[in-house]
Amino acid sequence: MMRSEPRALQLNEHGQLKHFLTLDGLDKTILTEILDRADSFLSMGEQSVKKVPLLRGKTVVNLFFENSTRTRTTFELAAKRLSADVINLNIETSATSKGESLLDTLKNLEAMQSDMFIVRHSDSGAAHFIAEHCTPNVAIINAGDGRHAHPTQAMLDMLTIRRHKGGFDGLKVAIVGDILHSRVARSQLQALTTLGVSEVRLVGPKTLVPSFFADMGATICHDLEVGLKEVDVIVMLRLQKERMKGALLPSESEFYRLYGLTEETLAWAKSDAIVMHPGPINRGVEISSEVADGTHSVILNQVTNGIAVRMAVMSMAMSGQVQSQNDDESVAREGK
Amino acid sequence: MTLHLDKALMSMKAQLADYCKEKNIEDAIVVGIHSGGVWVAEQLMTVVPTTEPLATLDITFYRDDFTKVGLNPKVNQTLLPAIEGRHVILVDDVLMSGRTIRAAMNEIFDFGRPASITLAILYDLGQRELPIAADIVGEHLTLSADQRVKLTGPTPLSVSVVVTH
Repeated sequence: MMRSEPRALQLNEHGQLKHFLTLDGLDKTILTEILDRADSFLSMGEQSVKKVPLLRGKTVVNLFFENSTRTRTTFELAAKRLSADVINLNIETSATSKGESLLDTLKNLEAMQSDMFIVRHSDSGAAHFIAEHCTPNVAIINAGDGRHAHPTQAMLDMLTIRRHKGGFDGLKVAIVGDILHSRVARSQLQALTTLGVSEVRLVGPKTLVPSFFADMGATICHDLEVGLKEVDVIVMLRLQKERMKGALLPSESEFYRLYGLTEETLAWAKSDAIVMHPGPINRGVEISSEVADGTHSVILNQVTNGIAVRMAVMSMAMSGQVQSQNDDESVAREGK
Repeated sequence: MTLHLDKALMSMKAQLADYCKEKNIEDAIVVGIHSGGVWVAEQLMTVVPTTEPLATLDITFYRDDFTKVGLNPKVNQTLLPAIEGRHVILVDDVLMSGRTIRAAMNEIFDFGRPASITLAILYDLGQRELPIAADIVGEHLTLSADQRVKLTGPTPLSVSVVVTH
């Protein structure tokens, strides 16, 4: 089956978002617009009523084929702060486990007049597939698909960097850990490159940081000291313990000794470097408690920023959908 | 049509000073609606008895026509202090249908319950679609259906009548 090119699928005729599936193909202008819009939503946290009526009357479906309480909760909170109605579907206990196909499930949800699907799936390309096969009136937001992309996580990381560093020009960023399996790292690399940082270093063992990432504009480092030298931002990735049993890594303790972020290894970075982690944290596996809870850590800021970024993306995608529908209606009227 | 901006602003200042005196409004919070309302509000700050800095409001997230026109790509920051029990002077450049003011009041109430809201408008074009009236008006204008007032600023602040298509 021919697949639509991501940019063509995600943007309407006016270049506005109507789905948010990947950062691949999105330019600096639109990424900056997401960050600016998220900044506006962040200031809402100071209001006594932390809610705006923007998506009132709209129905948002959290379609999680893979568990993630934290991501689902922040999407739910973001949708509710935009005044949308939210349905959470636990797919493991729903129709698909009884044999219904994904497309039949989707058609049923469409028939309930849903306006937006937040899709989390263990298969790469699942959100893209749904965007191609859904009615065009439904906005699809990718909340993480396989090893492919996690664009809202990457954008909340970008918002965190911009708020702490003021911008992206001249920044050196190190992403450390399991790059190979990480959809977060892929999306981060795309975002950082588009927003114009001076260098992105991918740091980890050869088994987890393959050389082909150099083709995407990254510098590959297998030595933590080299990787962290003079960096402004350190992004630690979760080392998934389930993969430790395979052949990729000898042991957790050896990984921590070679690539763990501790107060000693953090000293290789710039003195004002910030430390980020998409969570959940494995303390003593990829990061020490002293660093995770220390003054360089902005991990909890990431969580707050995540709600604002998700509000921004949801409002922009819904706006882009509305514009497309208005265009379709005026074409239909002219055709009469 | 020629508009006399200075005259309209002077009129607003005189009315507002009298209004605050008459209503015993002290230490009010002056709130300008982005973008034109902020520029007009800056001009009015000298006649309002207050120690509060100018507050700003962007009503983009409170618009009722989101599903028709989509979202304004540029959203300015809403900066409001605690307004519970305070007197608010809400300022905009143009009042027409009243929908912007309705959205602004909805947003203000999400920050708290003010003691009062006074509405100050530079140009009132009539054509109301909601039961909203201004307390202070710089000038009442009657325009044809295809005409709009366009304020540019903040410095220099100028105004013109433009024809829409």
